[in-house]
Amino acid sequence: MKSFKDFFEKYQWDEVKVKLEKVTLSDVENSLQKKNKTIDDFLNFLSPVAAQKLEVMAIMTQQLTQKRFGKTIQLYAPLYLSNECQNICTYCGFSLDNSIKRKTLSDTELMIEATVLKSMGVNHVLLVSGEANKTVGIDYFLNAVRLLKTHFANISIEVQPLLEEEYRQLHDAGVNAVLVYQETYHQEVYKEYHPKGKKSNFNFRLETPDRIGKAGIHKMGLGVLLGLEDWRVDSFFNALHIDYLQKQYWKSRYSVSFPRLRPAEGIIEPNFMMSDKDLLQLICAYRIWNEDLEISISTRENEKFRDHIISLGATAMSAASKTNPGGYAVDKESLEQFETSDERSMDEIKNIIKKAGYDPIMKDWDSVYSGV
Amino acid sequence: MNNQPLIIADRTFESRLFLGTGKFGNLSEMTDSIIASGSELVTMALKRIDSQSSEDDLLNALKPTKSHLLPNTSGARTAKEAVLAAQLAREALETNWVKLEIHPDPKYLLPDPIETLYATEELAKLGFVVMPYIHADPVLCKRLEDAGTAVVMPLGAPIGTNKGLRTLDFLEIIIAQSNVPVVVDAGIGAPSDAAKAMEMGADAVLVNTAIAVARNPVNMALAFKEGVIAGRRAFESGLGAIGNHAQASSPLTSFLFD
Repeated sequence: MKSFKDFFEKYQWDEVKVKLEKVTLSDVENSLQKKNKTIDDFLNFLSPVAAQKLEVMAIMTQQLTQKRFGKTIQLYAPLYLSNECQNICTYCGFSLDNSIKRKTLSDTELMIEATVLKSMGVNHVLLVSGEANKTVGIDYFLNAVRLLKTHFANISIEVQPLLEEEYRQLHDAGVNAVLVYQETYHQEVYKEYHPKGKKSNFNFRLETPDRIGKAGIHKMGLGVLLGLEDWRVDSFFNALHIDYLQKQYWKSRYSVSFPRLRPAEGIIEPNFMMSDKDLLQLICAYRIWNEDLEISISTRENEKFRDHIISLGATAMSAASKTNPGGYAVDKESLEQFETSDERSMDEIKNIIKKAGYDPIMKDWDSVYSGV
Repeated sequence: MNNQPLIIADRTFESRLFLGTGKFGNLSEMTDSIIASGSELVTMALKRIDSQSSEDDLLNALKPTKSHLLPNTSGARTAKEAVLAAQLAREALETNWVKLEIHPDPKYLLPDPIETLYATEELAKLGFVVMPYIHADPVLCKRLEDAGTAVVMPLGAPIGTNKGLRTLDFLEIIIAQSNVPVVVDAGIGAPSDAAKAMEMGADAVLVNTAIAVARNPVNMALAFKEGVIAGRRAFESGLGAIGNHAQASSPLTSFLFD
């Protein structure tokens, strides 16, 4: 059976880059007016010249998002399970060569963290860990999901790429969504940033969403790490990936995230900076191209940007996040993955959403639909 | 004179406008819109209800409306999941009414006719009042009747699109041959769409996006209320037939009577 790799190989990085530069304003205008938009239209929305149409794109984004998702924002919070990691990712706080004490939550600690999240009103939780297959592998995740299942309406997971059978086990255990980011679709750059560990295998990661789809997981989250390479080209490949997956695994929902590189202990500076204006253009490009794509905004982003994005395409937001295992209660000082930019509490974020005329939603799933 | 009431299972409805509760920017606007619409039946997704919490925000906001609750199974991809969800809803909300939504396709949210038929059979046997959301498929509607459905809820257009009655020709057939009430669900974007459905003889309509996302949801709810009443009154009054040909002043057949 085919995988995304077959589609991916039809495109050359440099050709896409040239194509983006050659887009004209009238190309953008034509694409904006088209009824059914394709990946080529997405490329036009993403182009440097399309920035001139940002106000129109923002208006369209607001209208399309309201029509499809209403005036609502789904709230969630991450729960970091472990910062043990066998990979070297030169931009990540959890990188193996970062010689700092590591922590993996015990069952008791996990439940303490969960209790704190529940007291904040969190009902959709995202489990995150580094990649340490021996200590934090599928058995650890299955155990964590079993422990948390009765306490949360919706459990998502963002961990190392797994096998199809392992995804099926997670689905049966009650996992709703799996997030896995390619980081960059530029193969050589990928190798530079991921020189060691299982993660250095580009193709294994590239084919991960296929395995997630085959396993019947309800929702998949994709993204690229913005800052590793040219964000426009990388985002084109990410959209190409989503386009392929949506047709192939049509029963799954899709979500896109926009992790911009953030400072973390011991990491290198990003090569490519992305401004708030760029990020808004990217979000609008996704929304106008794909009306039912879920768009998730994390606490990596600053307060001002987050406040305004509520009515400009976002469908989900994390809030009050801690990016270290035990960060909510049991070990507040453990190594964090990245520094968050928005440290406001869940209640503060709820009020900001309400002030924007939107309804903050804490529960929009039920375990009855997850592998029962 | 009031329009005829609508009877579904053991309940009588004065209002033929049903509402959805999703997509509203805040819950008080939702409450006010439902009250303004006069609706007596509102649907909400079971997945939005927090049955673990004694004070669920959505349920609290629905209390002042005095509308009956119609839990729906949005999120279900199979008959099995939908049946489980209906049972959970019956327990949590103490109602045996269920709006059956099985859309394995999250992109267009189009209903799966096969799973919907299986689930209707099962739920009817379990004593539920089943209101299935389906394509405007006349044969499926008859099969659902055989399975024990309380109503049929064919779509006017893909859900959330505000495109109006794109399935008009099939809705006409469904209405003509149905033995259960026909509720046009999904796609109704303007009060004129709702009025048109009622003029055609639909028994009720269900509206959500067009009201929830309007600039002024409360006034839009009122507009839909009036559209539905007008359409139904026209239907009950007997609309004149639409003629395609003018009557010739010297009829072609007049020679027969010379």
